[in-house]
Amino acid sequence: MRTDARRRRRGAALTAALLLAALAGAGASAAKEESAEQPKEGADWQSWHVNNDAADLASVQRGARNFVSHCLGCHSLKYERWSRLGADLNIPPTLLQQALLPPGDKATEYIQTSMPAADAADWFGKTPPDLSLMARARGPDYLYQMLKTFYVDPTRQTGANNLRLPTIAMPDVLSPLAGLKRAVFRDEINAAGAHEQVFDHFEQLAPGSMSAAEYDGFVRDTVNFLDYVSEPTQTARRALGVWVVLFLLAFTWLAWLVKREYWKDVH
Amino acid sequence: MAVKTATGAPAELPRGSAPAKKGFRAWLNKRLPVDEFVSTQLTGYYAPKNFNIWYFFGSLAMVVLVLQLVTGIFLTMFYKPGEATSFDSVEFIMREVNYGWLIRYLHSTGASAFFIVVYLHMFRAFLYGSYRAPRELLWLVGMAVYLALMAEAFMGYVLPWGNMSFWGAQVIVNLFGTIPGIGPGLVEWIRGDYGIADATLNRFFSLHVVALPLALLLLVLLHLVALRQTGSNNPDGIEIKARLGADGKPLDGIPFHPYYTVKDVVGIGVFFVLFAIVVFFVPTLGGLFLEAPNFDPANPLSTPAEISPVWYFTPYYAILRAVPNQRFGALLMLLAVVSFLFVPWLDRSPVKSMRYRGWISRTALALFVIAFIVLGFLGKRPPEGLYVVLARIFTVVYFAFFWLMPFYTRIDRVKPVPERVVYHAH
Amino acid sequence: MADHAVVADDEVDLSRRKFLTRATVATGAVGAVFAAVPFIESWSPSERARAQGAPSELDLSKIDVGQMAVTVWRRSPIYVVRRSPDMVARVSGHDADLKDPQSKDSNQPKYATNVLRSRTPEFLVVIGTCTHLGCLPKQHFDKGDLYPSWPGGFFCPCHGSRFDLAGRVFDGSPASINLNIPPYSYPNPTTLLVGVDEKGEA
Repeated sequence: MRTDARRRRRGAALTAALLLAALAGAGASAAKEESAEQPKEGADWQSWHVNNDAADLASVQRGARNFVSHCLGCHSLKYERWSRLGADLNIPPTLLQQALLPPGDKATEYIQTSMPAADAADWFGKTPPDLSLMARARGPDYLYQMLKTFYVDPTRQTGANNLRLPTIAMPDVLSPLAGLKRAVFRDEINAAGAHEQVFDHFEQLAPGSMSAAEYDGFVRDTVNFLDYVSEPTQTARRALGVWVVLFLLAFTWLAWLVKREYWKDVH
Repeated sequence: MAVKTATGAPAELPRGSAPAKKGFRAWLNKRLPVDEFVSTQLTGYYAPKNFNIWYFFGSLAMVVLVLQLVTGIFLTMFYKPGEATSFDSVEFIMREVNYGWLIRYLHSTGASAFFIVVYLHMFRAFLYGSYRAPRELLWLVGMAVYLALMAEAFMGYVLPWGNMSFWGAQVIVNLFGTIPGIGPGLVEWIRGDYGIADATLNRFFSLHVVALPLALLLLVLLHLVALRQTGSNNPDGIEIKARLGADGKPLDGIPFHPYYTVKDVVGIGVFFVLFAIVVFFVPTLGGLFLEAPNFDPANPLSTPAEISPVWYFTPYYAILRAVPNQRFGALLMLLAVVSFLFVPWLDRSPVKSMRYRGWISRTALALFVIAFIVLGFLGKRPPEGLYVVLARIFTVVYFAFFWLMPFYTRIDRVKPVPERVVYHAH
Repeated sequence: MADHAVVADDEVDLSRRKFLTRATVATGAVGAVFAAVPFIESWSPSERARAQGAPSELDLSKIDVGQMAVTVWRRSPIYVVRRSPDMVARVSGHDADLKDPQSKDSNQPKYATNVLRSRTPEFLVVIGTCTHLGCLPKQHFDKGDLYPSWPGGFFCPCHGSRFDLAGRVFDGSPASINLNIPPYSYPNPTTLLVGVDEKGEA
């Protein structure tokens, strides 16, 4: 019953066709941004905000597809059920089965990765974390900044490092899309008088299959999807809240009128 | 007194219908004193007519208590205490139980709301001297409610078994380890294991859902009984019972029902509007009501980068950290809470209400409020540099408010207190 | 006297006061009802329970003729009996001994509202809980197993309800209706799907 209501609310506009189109497309979602041709690329990475909107269903749908094709190999969403995902994201069961579900998995099951945890711990030194609540525990901006600040670091076993999460265990699996970047550091003397390597800017070493703007859209959609997964009820919560607050305002106004009437007695 | 009536006679007060001689009501009242309760506790209970906005928070605390009980009962139906199950069951509530997210947010927001209204309620007591004779016991029972509430909130915070739950429990339980001699053994006894574990979680669960709510209910009842005995104080700090009319009713009193029931309902309405805005639009309140690291499951091998208690404990936490000595810090934190108990006897002012006190008392109270808020802010910041200095300064201010009270309240110049309460009809 | 705090005031409009009070109480009552909804709803089956109550699949080729397989759908045992032609024949001939031979008062989908109470004569699909008080009837498929004229069927050990090989209840049983039949369908000839039919999921 609730699922029906959810579907109604989201309207029929977002149909399977839309998702199919999205699946076929390259996945660039954000409006074409002016490519960041600044001399100091990435220098302001700590102030990047994703400004995502979990109510933007098309974006969440694209994010789900991104997640399945690029993240699910290692990361689970153990609190989210495939069928829930389908219902919330308005993906018909047949399309869910064809486009997203790994072969052999049931729609009523939780979203699990096929990678055995022991192998993962072996390969990466730690088990890739479950991402169900990552957007709430770290915040969407954290994930956005992390996915955009990978750089080549030959000293690391994975060959990659990250500004948001230094000595990250995760390899730069998105480099085929984003390309490879080099981080340029400058030498600074800190308050204690010691030399310190401070990040200055990125240099693109090799292009990826996506332009900078396309990759930005890709990351935004993916983070938006993870935001949705971290609290699948958030859209319903806000929608219900409007009515509750309006009702309470009306009730309070009535109660105030009553109070004013009675207190005419008091001198 | 603007009297518009022709006769000037006391109005017929709405007091329900006259005692019935026959029918169900008579049958009922013979067996259960329903009408008597209403007439002595509501329609016949006289409260000062000059209550202002500060007098909403007592009834609001009751409302929040009921809200916490109801939502808590429902959460208990789905929550499964245990190292392996707690975190998962909370997510089960958030995602799979119908409206489970709403019930959980009501409960988590309710916890913070409880402290907000209780702190404002306590501030009201400081503002108008509500703890002064003959209300010392009322104040002490109220403080017992506050202490029980702190224990209740702390244990409730552990239950979701997030990483902050775990490390919060670790830090607070270890405070008992600073007690000389018995400390280490006591800590082990409280935990029931060599670390915060399943045993700890399960006993906290039992205390949180059974023992402490029972204690809270009993204490709140005592608080109300004591209030009925002495009657409410008011913003002028005048005893309305000292001025009775020919009918034996206080001249400055009005029946609690309907006048204060209809007024309190307005307060409850405003409260719930604000409450609903938090629950539905910002349930974590930027990490203040629900902290981000608590969405990571408990991990005994990884302490969150910045660890601090929930906002309502942070003033005490800042005092704890302001002291470089571990044992003395814990002692000072305990003293910070206990100091409240002595206020009825520390205050030596000839008047109760701030309205008629001089600038010294007013400044002292203002400084105390500032100290409490600043310490609360500092409790959320890392203990380094300027923050430590500030924490120490305001710790001194905090304690000076209490322990210099016998001196500054005596030398403070007070204004004459009027004989009757000040009230302007609207 | 004039000092009294509460004084009858000629300007007070009592009817307005009464009206506003009633309006507020009514609004509050409506609010209380709405506020109760989430709490009441929280007792309904959760998303997980509903997901676990999804249609249940059974491979029919693994059931031998004359045998019964049991699967679970929505926490109820589903009896699937592969009736031999002899068993099908034994369904008829005792209508007079039955409480509801035409299944008029019993619960089954339209396609099972027939004498054999099934989509096809071969497979009987019933919910294996007695319609009396919920015990599980045992299989007694052999002719004369319980008494000489027994045509084969189910016998409930709790209170002695008897059902024939179409799940129809015999006279003299405490159960008053035939065994319930869930919605089911055959996505292919050898697969049974309990809980879903032409009308969609139950």
